[in-house]
Amino acid sequence: MTKTATRSDLDVRLDIYRKMQEGRLFEKRAHDLFLEGLVKGTSHLGQGQEAVAAGFAAALEPKDMVFCTYRGHVHTLLRGAPMGALMAELMGRANGICGGKGGSMHLTDVEHGAMGSYAIVGAHMPIAAGAAWAAMARGTGQVAVCFFGDGTTNIGAFHEALNLAVVWKLPVVYVCENNLYMEYTPIGDVTAVEHPAADRASAYGLEPILIDGNDPDEVHVTARRAVDRARAGEGPSLVEAVTYRHGGHSRADPAKYRPDDEVAEWLGRDPIPMYRERLMGEGVEAGVLDGIDAEVVAAIDRATDEAKAGSLPDAASLDTQLWADGGSAWRS
Amino acid sequence: MAELTYREAVSRAIAQEMERDPTVYFIGEDIAAAGGVFKTTEGLLDRFGPDRVRDTPISEQAIIGAAMGAAMNGLRPIAELMFSDFFAVCWDIVANQIAKTRYMTDGQVALPLVIRTANGGGVRFGAQHSQSVESWMMAIPGLKVVVPSTPVDMIGLFAAAVRDPDPVIVVEPKVLYSSKGDVPDGEIVDELGTARVLRSGGDVTICALGAMVSKALSAAELLDGDGVSAEVIDVRSLVPLDVNTILDSVGRTSRLVTVEENPRLCGWGAEVSSIVAEEGFFALDGPIVRVTTPHIPLPSADVLEDAAIPSVDRIVEGVRRAVG
Repeated sequence: MTKTATRSDLDVRLDIYRKMQEGRLFEKRAHDLFLEGLVKGTSHLGQGQEAVAAGFAAALEPKDMVFCTYRGHVHTLLRGAPMGALMAELMGRANGICGGKGGSMHLTDVEHGAMGSYAIVGAHMPIAAGAAWAAMARGTGQVAVCFFGDGTTNIGAFHEALNLAVVWKLPVVYVCENNLYMEYTPIGDVTAVEHPAADRASAYGLEPILIDGNDPDEVHVTARRAVDRARAGEGPSLVEAVTYRHGGHSRADPAKYRPDDEVAEWLGRDPIPMYRERLMGEGVEAGVLDGIDAEVVAAIDRATDEAKAGSLPDAASLDTQLWADGGSAWRS
Repeated sequence: MAELTYREAVSRAIAQEMERDPTVYFIGEDIAAAGGVFKTTEGLLDRFGPDRVRDTPISEQAIIGAAMGAAMNGLRPIAELMFSDFFAVCWDIVANQIAKTRYMTDGQVALPLVIRTANGGGVRFGAQHSQSVESWMMAIPGLKVVVPSTPVDMIGLFAAAVRDPDPVIVVEPKVLYSSKGDVPDGEIVDELGTARVLRSGGDVTICALGAMVSKALSAAELLDGDGVSAEVIDVRSLVPLDVNTILDSVGRTSRLVTVEENPRLCGWGAEVSSIVAEEGFFALDGPIVRVTTPHIPLPSADVLEDAAIPSVDRIVEGVRRAVG
């Protein structure tokens, strides 16, 4: 059990604060655009969980690889994916990061090491292991980080991937974002152990690591330790970060199944105002944080304008990029 | 030139590509130390070492998922699925992840990987180790599928699969592993998406695949004695499908028979029949006939399995129906 949080240097911590605000305000804008009818389909917001994404993002190198789930807006953004192209993808525009073919659940920016948002629970666990295997085989020094929800801990791919990662000693860090609910059902109601990831770690010879996922400092220290371990060739880690999503599972879910007092308690533990308070308590001027907030809002405004200015995808793109030759021919 | 068994051709094919390209790695269950349950991979561990030839746990999602992730990050992995029936265990990774990711990301992700698998019946293994599942993969956009029917084709099509920038499934009819054929010396590289006319004839086109090819050739010999001249096409590649070779042949013979080991519904021959009906309709002089396994799981007992899989006699009978 890891419960020690040491302090990172101020620049890193301000960067983590900025990253959390980018995630929070980007998703808030996406929600507003949905209400305007500009963002289509469904989406799965990570509001409330940003400390996990930001704490890890600040621990990674550009060459590292992140694999995330359908709740992947923030992870993809924090790898450095262009905000305008992400927003455009949510809006189904031609200038979207995936040309409009991916959508909210499949945001990907390989150039920035955002190796995909995977929408079938568990699938990306072995895929991340494979990317880590290639990193090891090629000697690239890359680390793969795979974020997944608590619900993933009960699917077979979770167990297959962890076993393989340990046996092959792969440079991969598995991060369970335990937000207490798989979709609508509390994870505790359907899981044999109290801590769905940490309690399974010993089955794979791994240290159980259970952390406060709403404390970005604790997340970041844990991330650096796990990433360093992976990069040093010492094998995988499994981290369980306990957090809470402020909204429902997806757009369609008002989350009425959650007790009011539970929601109120977790809203009171919102990682962003808590971190702001902590930083100010340690002497950071409010103006510095306000300045970051203003820069983030300006960046999101620019990204929104850029996305809105994009054209709709040309129907001619429909049958492109199935194959590496750029087309989709099934007959020779 | 040397005579090789199909199983020897598998290991030669893998060795040829691993020798040529240091980014080619090979993983699967029992493929390294044990040399494969069908003895198709003997000697590869000694030759290429344990980093590049790796045994895995019995974890099909991990095997195929690892191959996908490795392909995303600079390797050209080969993964063995011991029996093609096991695709059902890792179908999410194959059908939802490998097949769709390039398209979903608008071309950001390339997946140069090969899955090779032992497929089909004829060895009395019963329903869960004997299915012909090539039509499953054919139905998924984003997967290429080849089925070599001879040792030399195994090497050539496999090499083409490894060198292809897209995911390719190489389907090996397990009943053919002990079959033999002449294989030239030196590097062999074939081409995906190419059918081959193995026997010319003027009265009927027989399209066959995998283990059905040699039976189709035998049927054609018998029919020749009855005055029916059959052209036999080894389809070889389901995706891409060499439609032109089939349509050209039907244009000359005006009759089509498909010979499929798969169960009846939605077999590859149904697609071929549909194409010929749509694009070659005015060349046809009679009904298209499909000779398939009945729409059943394969039974184990030898007499039952033999009764299920298309035989030379059933092919002959099917051709007679086609030519009227």
